[in-house]
Amino acid sequence: MPKDTGIGASSKRREDVRFLSGRGVYTDDMAMHGQTYAVFVRSNVAHGRIKSINTANAAAMPGVLAIFTGEDFKDVGGNPAGWLINSRDGTPMREPKRPVLAHGKVRHVGDAYAAVIAETYNQAKDAAQQLADDSDIEELPAIVDMRKAVADASNRVHDEIPDNLCFDWGWIEDNRAAVDAAFKSAPHITTLELVNNRLVPNAMEPRASIGEYFPGTGDYKLTTTSQNPHLTRLLVAAFVLGIPENKLTVVAPDVGGGFGSKIYHYGEEALVLAAARKLGRPVRWTAERTESFLTDAHGRDHVTKIEMASTKDGEILAIRTETLANVGAYLSNFSTATPTFLHGTLMAGPYKVPHVYVNVKTVFTNTAPVDAYRGAGRPEATFSIERIVDKMCRELNLDPFEVRRKNLIQPDQFPYTTPVGLVYDTGNYQATLDKLIELADVAGFEKRAAASKAKGKLRGMGLSTWIEACGIAPSNLVGVLGSRVGLYDAATVRVNATGNISVMTGAHSHGQGHETVFAQVVAEKLGIPESSIEIVHGDTSKIPFGMGSYGSRSLAVCGSAMSKAVDKIIAKGKKIAAHMLEASENDIVFADGKFSVAGTDKAKSFGEIAFSAYVPHNYPLETLEPGLEETAFYDPANFTYPAGAYLCEVEVDPETGKVDIASFTCADDFGHVMNPMIVEGQVHGGVGQGIGQALLENTSYDENGQLLTASYMDYAMPRADDVPFYKVDHSCITPCTHNPLGVKGCGEAGAIGSPPAVVNAVIDALHRGGHTHVKHIDMPVSPARVWQAING
Amino acid sequence: MHNFDFVKPSSIADAVKALSAEGAQALSGGQTLTPTLKQRLAAPSVLVSLTGIAEMQGVCMGADGLSVGAATTHATVAKEAAAHYPALAALAGGIGDPAVRNRGTIGGSIANNDPAACYPAGVLGSGATVVTNRRKIAADDYFQGMFTTALEEGEIVTGVTFPIPEKAAYVKFNQPASRFALTAVFVAKFKDGVRVAVTGASNDGVFRWSEAEKALSGNFSAAAVEGLTVSPDGLIGDLHGTPAYRANLVKVLTKRAVAAAH
Repeated sequence: MPKDTGIGASSKRREDVRFLSGRGVYTDDMAMHGQTYAVFVRSNVAHGRIKSINTANAAAMPGVLAIFTGEDFKDVGGNPAGWLINSRDGTPMREPKRPVLAHGKVRHVGDAYAAVIAETYNQAKDAAQQLADDSDIEELPAIVDMRKAVADASNRVHDEIPDNLCFDWGWIEDNRAAVDAAFKSAPHITTLELVNNRLVPNAMEPRASIGEYFPGTGDYKLTTTSQNPHLTRLLVAAFVLGIPENKLTVVAPDVGGGFGSKIYHYGEEALVLAAARKLGRPVRWTAERTESFLTDAHGRDHVTKIEMASTKDGEILAIRTETLANVGAYLSNFSTATPTFLHGTLMAGPYKVPHVYVNVKTVFTNTAPVDAYRGAGRPEATFSIERIVDKMCRELNLDPFEVRRKNLIQPDQFPYTTPVGLVYDTGNYQATLDKLIELADVAGFEKRAAASKAKGKLRGMGLSTWIEACGIAPSNLVGVLGSRVGLYDAATVRVNATGNISVMTGAHSHGQGHETVFAQVVAEKLGIPESSIEIVHGDTSKIPFGMGSYGSRSLAVCGSAMSKAVDKIIAKGKKIAAHMLEASENDIVFADGKFSVAGTDKAKSFGEIAFSAYVPHNYPLETLEPGLEETAFYDPANFTYPAGAYLCEVEVDPETGKVDIASFTCADDFGHVMNPMIVEGQVHGGVGQGIGQALLENTSYDENGQLLTASYMDYAMPRADDVPFYKVDHSCITPCTHNPLGVKGCGEAGAIGSPPAVVNAVIDALHRGGHTHVKHIDMPVSPARVWQAING
Repeated sequence: MHNFDFVKPSSIADAVKALSAEGAQALSGGQTLTPTLKQRLAAPSVLVSLTGIAEMQGVCMGADGLSVGAATTHATVAKEAAAHYPALAALAGGIGDPAVRNRGTIGGSIANNDPAACYPAGVLGSGATVVTNRRKIAADDYFQGMFTTALEEGEIVTGVTFPIPEKAAYVKFNQPASRFALTAVFVAKFKDGVRVAVTGASNDGVFRWSEAEKALSGNFSAAAVEGLTVSPDGLIGDLHGTPAYRANLVKVLTKRAVAAAH
């Protein structure tokens, strides 16, 4: 009998009532008294030297209140990278300043070099156009292709960086000799060169920010589309503008999707604050869709050569990779961690691989900054591994199910230390594979293939067994690895006198459903109704602290902090109950919302205890403070390791190259599941994005650095009819061993595990159709590319 | 968007008069023009709506065939032409999404003559007659290349008259992002011959594939096209497909349209 409340119940998403009825309040919905509008002047060349910006004409236009250029911010700080990576030779990465507005040079199409503030949006637009016309920018040759950027140092994105290289990272450098030796003696070597295509995040709500300044107190307020308001506060206050943190409030209200792109601090946020201070009026900005395409941090963009050494019967002996990772024109906040510690550390996959070495060269180009996007590094690792395992099976004529089964880490081998620095705490990869084979009816494939053939279609089946590291992360570990922040989280549980509860969490929900799930967890632990619990997030003036939501960390880290705070509430409640019931604290048990004296019928309800805490007439005031509010910080002991097995079946039309997803089946191990419906929805969304990457989404810059896919006319997003009805299972559970809820995280899994399953299925279909010359097709596997591969 | 005046005349004569003003621009369903205005790529001083003119609305079966008012939406054609000309109704019902189909019009589509639009293939493939405020223009004379038509200054499309073929079908292969035609083919079999019109493929906009027409006029079957080849010369090459890929699609889709024709 499924539960109807608390942990494990498919409680309906309470936030959807306001989202679906148009009553959500997003940044752009907030009207401010006296508000003004910012419009940015953006470079239309990929690389150029700013010779002059004549502001006189624009400044004289109707309604114009202020104009800012890079000159105004040259003495304030830059937007920093959050993770220091050292090159193989021990030298630190190159960190060019990322200014609020471009100064001296523009470095990608869309790079803002000026901003106009006016009374109305249209006045600001008109003046911005005038300012663009009055700007003299000398176009320089664009650096777009990573290989050329590294090979030809005569042209530089940043004049002070001689080879356009941010760093050359080896992981683990000490593994290198053993890996090379393993390849030398290997019975078989499989090699694959592949591209992990650049993606534009395309959150439904574009970025938007409102800056306010209160001259009476000197306080600032930034309302912005952020996944982590505290991190934004830290960056904009301490690093960029030099505002004391306690004078800046950052609010991230309802936010319509982020997928990583709203983790980062962007220059527009600093600009609206600086402009608000100058004008003493609110300054607002909302990105147009084209601005989103040009300036949101993009995802992926790796070019990789991967090699796999194996025995003739498919036992993996070693993996070696060389990757060029694009960071674009500037270092976005997580951009250096994504291709390194979120990628290289996963390069053993779920397999018993004795030797792994990863090399990543990170390259500056005249393109939009690239940073973490749903999955962040782990999709790149998974795609490389799962594609080459499949290629190895094909070269050796081995069954891809059996080869994976042979190489998977066995259930009795946990905790398992990989050669790339992680300790997987728990898992049962055989169980998810078995579950997948059953759910996807692998036994019935040949029959389905025959039916497809009768329609003139080629059917193929693609497998992916994947693992990820989530719940980022143990602060002391990431500190050693170069992180400049801690990655704990915090929560306050405030029990009101009347017994209802406000939970202030450092997580930020921008679609995930935290308001529902977090309430379920608290309700379960306190034995009170979910409806008595309010989840408060996204406001630095209300939340104790938080590092925000990304990396599938909300429940595993922020939820654990909340769980710890609830435990403190219960502990204090026991002390109060002991006093009221005239019993020893050790004899008080808490269950079903009641504090009782063990073995008696003497009890006080949770509500009575709460009331007593705030009206302490019968209360141990000499030993216990009144009130019932607890804060906890939680720093995880390890990453969590969700894992699973995905199977995709495709039908390929050999005449047009069109790929249709015939079925997609997921067997995941997320540890304990708090709300099965929301978990299923997360998997649907993730797989949808993975299918988008695999089949549709193509971010294309031309050789001049112009973004050819800067609108939905050319950038193909997955739509309802591009994806199938998914079969999703999460009944295989190995609980996380080190967090109080035993949860692992589910937000990115779909986007991580699915792309290789899709591409493997397409290659399988082509091989079954006799097109055995096709070894690989780069994503997106578009109709034209498939047709070209067949006919090439 | 820049500021503009907006007028919505109720007769063709008033519309033509309004359009004679300096900087005036006709607006039908606005599915191309409105986004262009929003991006500030066009700045007309007056927008003259053509959607308030009763005689430019609706679908009507007559002696010359099926007449469709220029300001008739795709959704209306999809519904009201279905009994008379199912292939045309299916074409209209496959344009864009419901929002587009409930705003976009046939007149707007063929006046714009986007090289990847659906209607030009239906109009040319049917050998339809384009009716304007001044004259009647055969489809073969009307479409004159990408975004180019026979329309003169001050001339507006008021309707299109379609002869009804014995059999017809439109098969579209979607460009993955825009879902315009990456390539699409309209095939119509008349008593006196077959017409094959191709959209989405050519740098010159919609065109007739005359070799296929000849072969199909003798033998209306997919096999008749099998031996033909389409030259990639002059075909569109872009992010979504090379000229050779589009040449392949022309043939594949023609075969499928023949097989689907009813």
